[in-house]
Amino acid sequence: MGREREVQKQPISYTVEQLVALNPYNPDILPDLENYVNEQVSSQTYSLDANLCLLRLYQFEPERMSTQIVARILVKALMAMPAPDFSLCLFLIPERVQMEEQFKTLIVLSHYLETARFRQFWDEAAKNRHLVEVVPGFEQAIQTYAIHVLSLTYQKIPRPVLAEAINIEGLSLDKFLEHQVANYNWVLEKGHGRGQLIALPGNEFNQPELKKNTADSIPLEHITRIFPILG
Amino acid sequence: MAASTDYDDTTGYDDMGGGHRQQQQDLGYDPNFVPDSVKGFVVHLYRHIREKNVYEIHQMYEGSFQNLSERMFKESPWPSVDAVAQYVDNDHVFCLLYREMWFRHLYARLSPTLKQRIDSWDNYCSLFQVVLHGVVNMQLPNQWLWDMVDEFVYQFQSFCQYRAKMKNKTEQEIALLRQYDQAWNVYGVLNFLQALVEKSSIIQILEQEKEGLEQFTATDGYDYNGGSNVLKVLGYFSMVGLLRVHCLLGDYHTGLKCLLPIDISQQGVYTSVIGSHITTIYHYGFANLMLRRYVEAMREFNKILLYIYKTKQYHQKSPQYEQILKKNEQMYALLAVCLSLCPQLKLVEETVNSQLREKYGEKMMRMQRYDDEAYALYDELFSYACPKFITPSAPTYDEPLVNYNQDAYRLQLKLFLYEVKQQQLLSGVRTFLKLYSTISLGKLATYMEVDEPTLRTILMTYKHKTHAVDCDGKIISNADVNFYINDDMVCVVESKPVKRYGDYFMRQIVKFEGVMNDLDRIKLD
Repeated sequence: MGREREVQKQPISYTVEQLVALNPYNPDILPDLENYVNEQVSSQTYSLDANLCLLRLYQFEPERMSTQIVARILVKALMAMPAPDFSLCLFLIPERVQMEEQFKTLIVLSHYLETARFRQFWDEAAKNRHLVEVVPGFEQAIQTYAIHVLSLTYQKIPRPVLAEAINIEGLSLDKFLEHQVANYNWVLEKGHGRGQLIALPGNEFNQPELKKNTADSIPLEHITRIFPILG
Repeated sequence: MAASTDYDDTTGYDDMGGGHRQQQQDLGYDPNFVPDSVKGFVVHLYRHIREKNVYEIHQMYEGSFQNLSERMFKESPWPSVDAVAQYVDNDHVFCLLYREMWFRHLYARLSPTLKQRIDSWDNYCSLFQVVLHGVVNMQLPNQWLWDMVDEFVYQFQSFCQYRAKMKNKTEQEIALLRQYDQAWNVYGVLNFLQALVEKSSIIQILEQEKEGLEQFTATDGYDYNGGSNVLKVLGYFSMVGLLRVHCLLGDYHTGLKCLLPIDISQQGVYTSVIGSHITTIYHYGFANLMLRRYVEAMREFNKILLYIYKTKQYHQKSPQYEQILKKNEQMYALLAVCLSLCPQLKLVEETVNSQLREKYGEKMMRMQRYDDEAYALYDELFSYACPKFITPSAPTYDEPLVNYNQDAYRLQLKLFLYEVKQQQLLSGVRTFLKLYSTISLGKLATYMEVDEPTLRTILMTYKHKTHAVDCDGKIISNADVNFYINDDMVCVVESKPVKRYGDYFMRQIVKFEGVMNDLDRIKLD
């Protein structure tokens, strides 16, 4: 019963994914792929394979390229960070198209995110709302990425640094922190004199003891080579 | 800015015969003259193919064909297929095979005309269609089947390069290009490769082999039940072909996906032919490099460079020898690039490392300085080692005719250097972090001559860039130096060089066994 409902909820995308898997080098599926991009935007889903397939078709037939669709693909790719999807898309977009204003802006936004310049990112994004607000879920996706990078780097992070990274301040930030404490094991502490400290949950990247040491393990195939000797 | 010395060669990097190109018209070549040696060659080859004597076919294909080419057809094409058809019962399939070899020889030794390029495309269409219809009942050596796919992709790449140089095209050439717009069309090329993969069911075969329900790798792809290996093995090699084409287009993610059914951590049919082995790993490594999975790329480059080092002497007489050496040099360049972006020396084996130091030691030192000279070196190495990227779309014939054959390469280079630039500040971080176990952000900022907020972004960039996302979406750390920040203190994680006791004991066990065996053999009076 559940499976049926899943198929009904997204009938078009099921078929598009099949197309991409079985018949990707086919100019006739271009309109389907374009519709699928719009569907990803409105239903807050994402498919790298389908979008790369479309960018390839645009590469094969540049007259059919829709810069609006390409811009949406790039925004979706930004939201997929830390995955390198944005770069993967750029590899397939001709240089002269990348020179257009909206793409130059998106590249700058990507640059700020890649180099963890969150304050500059949020400033630039605010100046270009028309570009990014057409894709629902953009803000949350970038905040998730920001928290990911913070979790790699910090065990304990001062409140202002967190605020700048996720672009939330004051009461909204308090509410946000409450939510994180309740659901994600965040801990609020008092920093020495300088206000709040937030302790992020430990993982293998910000807490060395949690890192599994696989350095001195020997694969079984190597041992099998000395079985004749041992036996 | 872009170093284009190696890149502008139309006929590309895998010319098999050496660099001597001649025009065909001026040598008094008579396509209908069939020397006795050629007559003998086709008669015997035809017989061996009919009798499925794979070993003899291989000898003739690798040996006799090369010898005859060297002796008699150094600067001219082989006799035309029409002239030899009478000696082989006008066998349709044999003629297609002969023509394939004919064109391959032409591309290697001479410069193909546009008409010849188009005719070669037609021949591949006919040949692949025959195979796809499942009516072929031959067993051909893997070397030959690999060469077919390899050459097919190479001629496609060569055609795209040729077509993109519109500036000096004659009226005639332009008319031909417009008329035969299906020849070497990117859809056609990709769909043929895809069709070979699908029709051969090779993906299912490899899956079932893992469960012991099929035999493919164990027999090197050959069919010992009276059937034919041609479709299966062509399907198999087409996966590598697809990886290669996608890399030429700049779509690294999909390229790697096409290769996924082949397990490159094991031996397989792809290692049965050295050309296939090298091409697979070269493109796999390059794709991973562009995906910023430097550790994965280095691991594979290291393995294959060691393999080539140990085995290249056995291939000295082979027609692929020059290609092997060229790819070897390119992969050293790529390894140098990877190591400069991601210093993890422990991934590189001793022999490979000493070769690397010899070729690129000094350049690598300069690349890690991230100044203007460093970028020039990254540019140089990338341009030398990268695939010959193509623009797959047909030209627009109306505009003023320009050469746009370098566009694709320039884009990939630009994006690569952009990534390098983003990693500019990271080597400074590494140097300082190696000196301290803990240091306050304030102090570190002073030493690095930046303010504290900038330092925070630099440290986060380091973390982001050294933690790649693998194909399953997991985060993998490539970091050589590890740290975490507690409020305003940077705590460096000590990474003790791990002594690999396991390896050491294994080697000693084998060594002592050898010593004891030697002792046993000594007879004391």
